Amino acid sequence: MINRRKLMMSAALAGAMSMSGGFAFAQEDDKIKVGVLHSLSGTMAISETTLKDTVLMLVEEQNKKGGINGKMLEAVVVDPASDWPLFAEKARELITVDKVDVIFGCWTSVSRKSVLPVLEELNGLLFYPVQYEGEESSRNVFYTGAAPNQQAIPAVDYFLEELGVEKFALLGTDYVYPRTTNNILEAYLQDKGIAKEDIFVNYTPFGQSDWSKIVSDVKALGADGKKVGVISTINGDANIGFYKELAASGITAEDIPVVAFSVGEEELSGLGEADLKNLVGQLAAWNYFESADTPENAAFIKQWHAFTGDDSRVTNDPMEATYIGFNMWVQAVEQVGSTNVDEVIAAMPGQEFPNLTGSTAKMLPNHHLTKPVLIGEIMEDGQFDIISQTDPVPGDAWTDFLPESAVLKSDWPGLDCGMYNTETETCVQKKSNY
Amino acid sequence: MKSGFLAKNPSVLWFLLLLAVFTLGVTFLSHAYGPGAISTSMVKTLGKTLCLCLIAIAMDLVWGYTGILSLGHFAFFGLGGYMIGMWLMYERTRDIVLKSAGEFPMTPQEVNDAIGTQIFGVVGGSDLPAIWTFAGNLPMQLLFVVLVPGLLALIFGWLAFRSRVTGVYLSILTQAMTLALSLYLFQNESGLRGNNGLSGLQNIPGVSAGQDHLSIWFLWASALALGLGYIAASLIVSGKFGSVIRGIRDDEARVRFLGYSVEGYKLFVFTLTAVIAAIAGALYYPQAGIINPGEMAPIASIYLAVWVAIGGRGRLYGAVMGAAFVFIVSSWFTGGRVPDLPLGFYTIDWVDWWQVLLGLAFVLVTLFAPKGLSGLIDLFEGIRRPNRHGAPLGPDKGSFREEEAQE
Amino acid sequence: MRKFLIALGIVLALALPGLAQDAGDAPQAEATQSEATGLRAVLQDYAKQIAKPSRRTIGPVIEAVAGSGEGASRFLQAWSDKRVGLRESDGAFFIVKKSGSEYELSDPVTGKPAGTAPKSDIKEVKPNSGVRAEIGVALVRFLLSDPDPKKRREALTAIDRNGEASHLEPLRASIPDEPDPAIKAQKQRLERLLTIRFGKGAAERVAAIDSFGADLGLDFRATLNPLVATTRKLFEGAPEGNVAETLKPGRDIPEDEAYAMLVSANMAPARISASEMQQALAAHVENGQVGGLPLAAMADPVKREEAYATLAAAGEVPTRLTDAEAEKLVADHQFADIYAEPDPEVTTAAEAALTRVSRTVAGMQTVDLGLDALSLASIYFLAAIGLAITFGVMGVINMAHGEFITMGAYTGYVVQLFVPDYTLSILIALPLAFAITFGAGVAMERLVIRYLYKRPLETLLATFGISIALQQLFKNIFGTQARPLTSPPWLEGAWTLNDVVSISYIRIAIFVLALVFLALYLWVMRKTRLGLEVRAVTQNPSMAASMGINPDRINMLAFGFGSGIAGIAGVAIGLFAKVTSEMGQDYIVQSFMTVVVGGVGSIFGTLAGATLIGVLQKGIEWLNPSNTLAAQTYMILFIIIFIQFRPRGIIALKGRAAGD
Repeated sequence: MINRRKLMMSAALAGAMSMSGGFAFAQEDDKIKVGVLHSLSGTMAISETTLKDTVLMLVEEQNKKGGINGKMLEAVVVDPASDWPLFAEKARELITVDKVDVIFGCWTSVSRKSVLPVLEELNGLLFYPVQYEGEESSRNVFYTGAAPNQQAIPAVDYFLEELGVEKFALLGTDYVYPRTTNNILEAYLQDKGIAKEDIFVNYTPFGQSDWSKIVSDVKALGADGKKVGVISTINGDANIGFYKELAASGITAEDIPVVAFSVGEEELSGLGEADLKNLVGQLAAWNYFESADTPENAAFIKQWHAFTGDDSRVTNDPMEATYIGFNMWVQAVEQVGSTNVDEVIAAMPGQEFPNLTGSTAKMLPNHHLTKPVLIGEIMEDGQFDIISQTDPVPGDAWTDFLPESAVLKSDWPGLDCGMYNTETETCVQKKSNY
Repeated sequence: MKSGFLAKNPSVLWFLLLLAVFTLGVTFLSHAYGPGAISTSMVKTLGKTLCLCLIAIAMDLVWGYTGILSLGHFAFFGLGGYMIGMWLMYERTRDIVLKSAGEFPMTPQEVNDAIGTQIFGVVGGSDLPAIWTFAGNLPMQLLFVVLVPGLLALIFGWLAFRSRVTGVYLSILTQAMTLALSLYLFQNESGLRGNNGLSGLQNIPGVSAGQDHLSIWFLWASALALGLGYIAASLIVSGKFGSVIRGIRDDEARVRFLGYSVEGYKLFVFTLTAVIAAIAGALYYPQAGIINPGEMAPIASIYLAVWVAIGGRGRLYGAVMGAAFVFIVSSWFTGGRVPDLPLGFYTIDWVDWWQVLLGLAFVLVTLFAPKGLSGLIDLFEGIRRPNRHGAPLGPDKGSFREEEAQE
Repeated sequence: MRKFLIALGIVLALALPGLAQDAGDAPQAEATQSEATGLRAVLQDYAKQIAKPSRRTIGPVIEAVAGSGEGASRFLQAWSDKRVGLRESDGAFFIVKKSGSEYELSDPVTGKPAGTAPKSDIKEVKPNSGVRAEIGVALVRFLLSDPDPKKRREALTAIDRNGEASHLEPLRASIPDEPDPAIKAQKQRLERLLTIRFGKGAAERVAAIDSFGADLGLDFRATLNPLVATTRKLFEGAPEGNVAETLKPGRDIPEDEAYAMLVSANMAPARISASEMQQALAAHVENGQVGGLPLAAMADPVKREEAYATLAAAGEVPTRLTDAEAEKLVADHQFADIYAEPDPEVTTAAEAALTRVSRTVAGMQTVDLGLDALSLASIYFLAAIGLAITFGVMGVINMAHGEFITMGAYTGYVVQLFVPDYTLSILIALPLAFAITFGAGVAMERLVIRYLYKRPLETLLATFGISIALQQLFKNIFGTQARPLTSPPWLEGAWTLNDVVSISYIRIAIFVLALVFLALYLWVMRKTRLGLEVRAVTQNPSMAASMGINPDRINMLAFGFGSGIAGIAGVAIGLFAKVTSEMGQDYIVQSFMTVVVGGVGSIFGTLAGATLIGVLQKGIEWLNPSNTLAAQTYMILFIIIFIQFRPRGIIALKGRAAGD
């Protein structure tokens, strides 16, 4: 009885769904929908609105070229308001209600972890454009930002090799990206023969403004006669107080070099020229700087200024990541001739696209990119002077420096698994951990 | 007796009826059990709204009826969510661990370690902290949902009421408690994954049904909790107990002189509402999917007070109306689907302006409509205010003014 | 052959610009045409390394350049200042200077102008700061006796950062002729530091160490500490070398660690870990049985050991070492910490000096911590002093107080947009911020708060509404990006007592500002008519009104005054931290707690509250330096408990002034 009723109900449901689905299909056949899931209000709006504008610019550009396979693109913008649960809700809405073919979005790791279960449940497709802590590889996500081995590890190598740093202060804001990155770095540094006592770790809350004690602690580290270096994963506007205190205490880049992973052109614009003068020579590691001297970059900056109508808007690394991700997606869709998520996912690995710094980005089987690592010194005008640029480094989803994840690897086309244990030769889990 | 209660509180029947109609309506319009006119994400939003209505009732009890403006009830809400979240995460992870293990059996220690690595690998740890001891035990964690926030409220309330901290001082103190708790949870050392919080809570271990079904089940559970909460709250405020707590609100000293244990009454209400808040939280977060300490920031609790104020405090359906109205309007405005308002010289983009609107709405409601939205129902029923030429009804500064009372 | 080709290239390179110039350059071009020597030859040989230098490999190159004679010092300085360019057309180096879209070139050897080149033709050589430091070290010998005192200081800085044994002789030689007494003192200090490290013979080095006494300098400690650095070593017989301490396993060094040392020295077999045992067992599953036990039993760790023992007995897996065997292995060896410095006399003197210094350092660290705490307290006090009026005296809960702070900071930012002189702009911004927030406060009091004096809890809600509306408004106007607010040049830098105690001038300025406002508050409330009336109105408005005071006017002015001070606090806070739309939020809860902890209605209470919170927070930070968040958490917890025992705060008003 119950079975029959269920059957009838599901039949009715199926009918209704196919009807509405058919209807929707007929209407949306000529448009490809692109979801944009970036916070437009709340604390993260500062960083994320720029990326929303970038996607809109890329969509406009693509439509000028005649869309993809003759279909026009349409952007669907929602505002998850820097509220992590809202990211999951809006992602569900984008996939089920708006029926978007791809989503560009998220900034913080928490927001990505919030969206992951929804993507994997509904088989969505997300391009995530921000540098992150790694230890993840989802079938439904393409990570176009840097993994730790594409930003943190090369920067530490630079400290060890080029600056001869022997003692490290790892300063970070207290959240998942600095925590995991610092963990990896601690293991890596100990691998390289740096004693545990020579690694000072400190976490501060978001928006920390009182830095005097921490800066003097860092200064006091030099009492050992070892060269001290600071690896900063301090996030957002807390950097302003930190750099101001650093400048006031008279520490120069030659005394104690600071390399930052979250300070780009945008963050520096919160500092006045008097403060910047004192920071000249301090470092940042990214995969892109606005000062990169290539024709592609010049064109990109020009397009950005034209789109925003504001010549003072800077470009930054996550924008480049969005740019690469979007264009690779376009290539994949053109190649398979459809926006079907499974087909696009299958076609993505192996895609190549020139990045803005002169080399070529390639999508790897673990859904990460190959990216060059750039190290720049802060200049007085708030731009970066690129002093080191490596060949493209393949992104590593699971770091080799933590024992638990050294045995893991991700290979979607080959093994159909994002968390494959090479020791036991089993797939730990097909869904990602969140 | 029972019919007497309902006769004295006609709002209970009306409320339950509306709630039932709403729940059934949503169910038969949903994807899982109907044509799908209401999307699953909408069902989730509605389910969460019901949970927020429940905590608004708790807030109304403690503030509207007892006069304690607690700015800490969202801390209890969050704690409830954390307690159930621990079980959800632990069980889900254990399933994964057991599934991925080969045929060679694992020792309990190995299972535990593997779960620890899975859960805390994200924040750079691998050990399961002591507070996760009972995480694999559902009855225990369910008990904690009630027990942990209840005990916290009991201890905090006992300390605060014992030293006669009242009025705005108590508000600031509760706010400090919320801030301390959220800062504590922000730390990795607290053992609840710090800023990352607990995520993936929407996947219920051992349940294979999809989210479209689960969302309906949670809607029902939330509706049931809200209905029960409403009846319980009505029972509390309608009898002699209700008269005493209202007396405390209007003039605490007089009630004390009459021989009532004011502290005892306050403590009871404070703890009970904390428990209600925790239950609401335990139902809310599996629908939201992720809980992190940001949810418990002091501002959330202030918003809660504002919902109750907008709905109209001192009456239970007012609280429900306020919470539902503000939450749904907010999610409408953040949805990015509200058309811009061109003024000719400037176009109002609501993403930028709706918070300004919300802020001003608080001010206007406080100044001109102390009865809030539920005043509309009075208008409908033709209830008038006593004419006391603007003088308050009680001698205390915080007591009702004539605009808020019924004749 | 190669050299010939390169020389040919150089000729071409020099000939090209030379064509455009007059014939006067011709002899010089001819001179270089013959075999390149000195610097020019070095530059040719190492062209690749110089163009793309790396610290690890650049050492010999710098040595070669430094020893190449004419132009060496000029080239090294230009190189380190990123003023060297590579002409891509021919691979020649020049010292370059940007002018418009072109570079002005000058010859690296002679320093004479060598024409110009378009931007696209020159690739700037950018040595990183590691390489620059190496260059600095090589430059020392040229600059120690340079006539320019700035250059001499640069040389001394280079020695200070990366002193070398080779610096000692030139440094000693340069001291007697040094005209500048300050530089001379610095040279002498560096000479002694270098002597400690590189001096000949223990006596000389010990004398240098003792000459410092209990000097607090970071450089002194940085010199001593490497001398007394130890490495842990294991010996089969008695420990050799300059022994710092012999270690007894179990007491000075954990047994496990000692055993691990044996293992890494290949003197003992590695112990079999639980996971290795699990893998070994899993590899020996036969017919659902492991070592005679059923597979299902393997979930029990005791059974696992049994099974493993069975397998080991059968010789299928390596035997596990028993604890007794491991202990014996450890006991058979000696463990000791050995100094890196071989001379025991030097290490003894260094240890003694370090003990001396560490006592003074500990004292100075306390002073520094005290200064930090004082500075934090003054910031909290400044943020809370406005609240002490609006909340403490008037009893109004103003949740938008934080936004008044923000408003003040943004005023400073806007003023700096129009007035580029930082000193002047701050002088304008301070009163202007007061005026603007005073106006905002008065407007808020007139429009909202005066209707709610009887309902304090609702003031909280209404002002909260204003707070979120204002915050969003700031975002809409100024954007979410942090805005720069720059302090005047005379507030840059820090006041430094020694290498331990220092505090930035901006913090001192905030401290002074807090004192000024304390005085201003006391003067206004105690000595002026306004203060008298404010006190009268807050104690008993109807009585005050019947004495001819207009309570409305007084409330308005008092509220405006409190808000205005918040605005000035905003400018001060913005100078040392960030200016964003949310900066006020960081201070609002703390400010309320400062007022409540101190005791409502008393400015000295607020002062005491701010001091307590500042000292407490820094104290907890000192106990747990790696986690600032914990300090804030425990501070708030302490406050909650404190209020339980002193509900009226540190300084409780008594009698009529208490108001109720």
